[in-house]
Amino acid sequence: MKKEKEENLAGYLFVSPMMIGLLVLTIIPTIITFILSFTEWSFIADLDRMKFVGFRNFTKLLDDPVFTTSFKNNLFLLLVVPVQIMIALVFAVIIDKYVYFKSLFKIVFFMPYISSIVAVAIVFQLLFQPSYGPINQALRAIGVADPPKWLADLHYALPSVMLILVWVGIGFCLVIYMAALQAIPKDLYESAEIDGAGASTKFWRITFPLVSPTTFFLLVTGLIASFKSFDIIKVLTSGGPSYSTSVVTYYLYTTAFDNLKTGYASSMALFLFGCVMLITIVQLYGQKKWVNY
Amino acid sequence: MEKTNRMPKITLTVVMFLLGIVFLLPFIWMLSASFKPEIDVFKYPIEWIPKNWQVYKNYNEVWFGEHPFATYYWNSIKVSVLTTLLSLVVSSMAAYAFSHVNFKGRNLLFVIVLMTFMIPTHAILVPQFLIFRWLNLFDSHLGLILVGSFSALGTFMLRQFFMGIHKDYLDAARIDGAGQYTLFTSIAIPLVRPALATYAILRFIWTWNDYTNPLIFLRSRHLETIQIGIQKFASESGVYYSLIMAGAVSAILPLIIIFMVGQKQVMEGIALGGVKG
Repeated sequence: MKKEKEENLAGYLFVSPMMIGLLVLTIIPTIITFILSFTEWSFIADLDRMKFVGFRNFTKLLDDPVFTTSFKNNLFLLLVVPVQIMIALVFAVIIDKYVYFKSLFKIVFFMPYISSIVAVAIVFQLLFQPSYGPINQALRAIGVADPPKWLADLHYALPSVMLILVWVGIGFCLVIYMAALQAIPKDLYESAEIDGAGASTKFWRITFPLVSPTTFFLLVTGLIASFKSFDIIKVLTSGGPSYSTSVVTYYLYTTAFDNLKTGYASSMALFLFGCVMLITIVQLYGQKKWVNY
Repeated sequence: MEKTNRMPKITLTVVMFLLGIVFLLPFIWMLSASFKPEIDVFKYPIEWIPKNWQVYKNYNEVWFGEHPFATYYWNSIKVSVLTTLLSLVVSSMAAYAFSHVNFKGRNLLFVIVLMTFMIPTHAILVPQFLIFRWLNLFDSHLGLILVGSFSALGTFMLRQFFMGIHKDYLDAARIDGAGQYTLFTSIAIPLVRPALATYAILRFIWTWNDYTNPLIFLRSRHLETIQIGIQKFASESGVYYSLIMAGAVSAILPLIIIFMVGQKQVMEGIALGGVKG
């Protein structure tokens, strides 16, 4: 039928720019990453210098101490997500019910999220400065004789990064929680109050279960985003001191663009892809099990 | 929690207000440091309100000194505005087709779009870089704009909004003989205009803040955007912390302004799409 043909044509015309863009900029690159991860090659060399090495890049990854450290750091960074979500939920409940100037508070806590991570990283570099930075000066003033060197210290660097990530991410979770709280019917709380329920009972029996889909959503997107953190590491610490804050994306970047090992870097990319896939699959299967509506 | 219920709202407001100030201290410190002469930056106790002001000299040095902040700004504005516009056009076209045009293979194509959603951007940086070199898009603003414009996220988000348009609106116009192009431009687009504004603001903010893409896809100094510029400025000007802070303020300020103006749209967009740049 002519009508149907027209409809088909219109559909293809409308989606074609997006589909072509995704094909060239996302789908083909994904395939190339997949292929490159089984090769030994550097992109400054000619294509015919490319050597297929099977799974050698992947076995090399497991023996590469920088890679295992970076991945371990990634796993540590995952801790940021639940902490951030818990703080955001508590703040959201308080702001939603127990304060005046709701929207002002929303703006305040959202500020770090919209600010550029580069600028934020640069500010925190100075705040954490070990000898004359304001944080350590303040600590010394209240009697801490030997405050930590924060970003310059092997053991404090990663926790410092995590602290900043929590600070940056709270606003995003808060805004989403606030929207979720709006959707909870008010009469649930009213009837609970008639039954004599206190604030904590109301929170654990009504609020917490009813926002569980949101919590689950924030957890999953947060974990995935955490695997992608790169900017803050690159600007704040460059992975240092001695790889204590390096993450997979950062090591991938230096391997590909500083050391010019394209094949090896691609195997890390595939590994990263695998991590994100794993979380997504767990999400798809876990959603029904863990979320109570 | 039992107590907070009885505590007057005012007390909690004050407590949260104090917490909010603590939360914003890094910004306040940044702003205050950018207004001071260098020797006062690390003075303790911290002079939150500077005793000696040096606003003009600091900002003048940042903007018109060795580092071309005006150029960085112009590049960022150019890339962000064009990315936002292109992304709006491409995403809304696709989103409209995925919601209101019945064409063969629609579901399959949409699943493909959703699948690209899962691919971490950092995992495909190297091939993107190679493709850009082959296509001569490397080290150009055009390449940067293209990378930012074709996102599954935009299609997905706008589709949600287009789905909200009732079929009857479109069917009525269709009976009058309007084709899909007319339906799209004169009925669907005007109906989702607020949603487009929301997406535009978010896309602008994400592009402005983007650091990875310009880092990978640009080489020439005169093409660099503000995020690259400020990072270089910070690592190259070493000990001029007041100037570095003035640079940081300059990088954040346009976003704060846009956020203040479009605050409602941003919050709604984030809450509705539950999206993350």
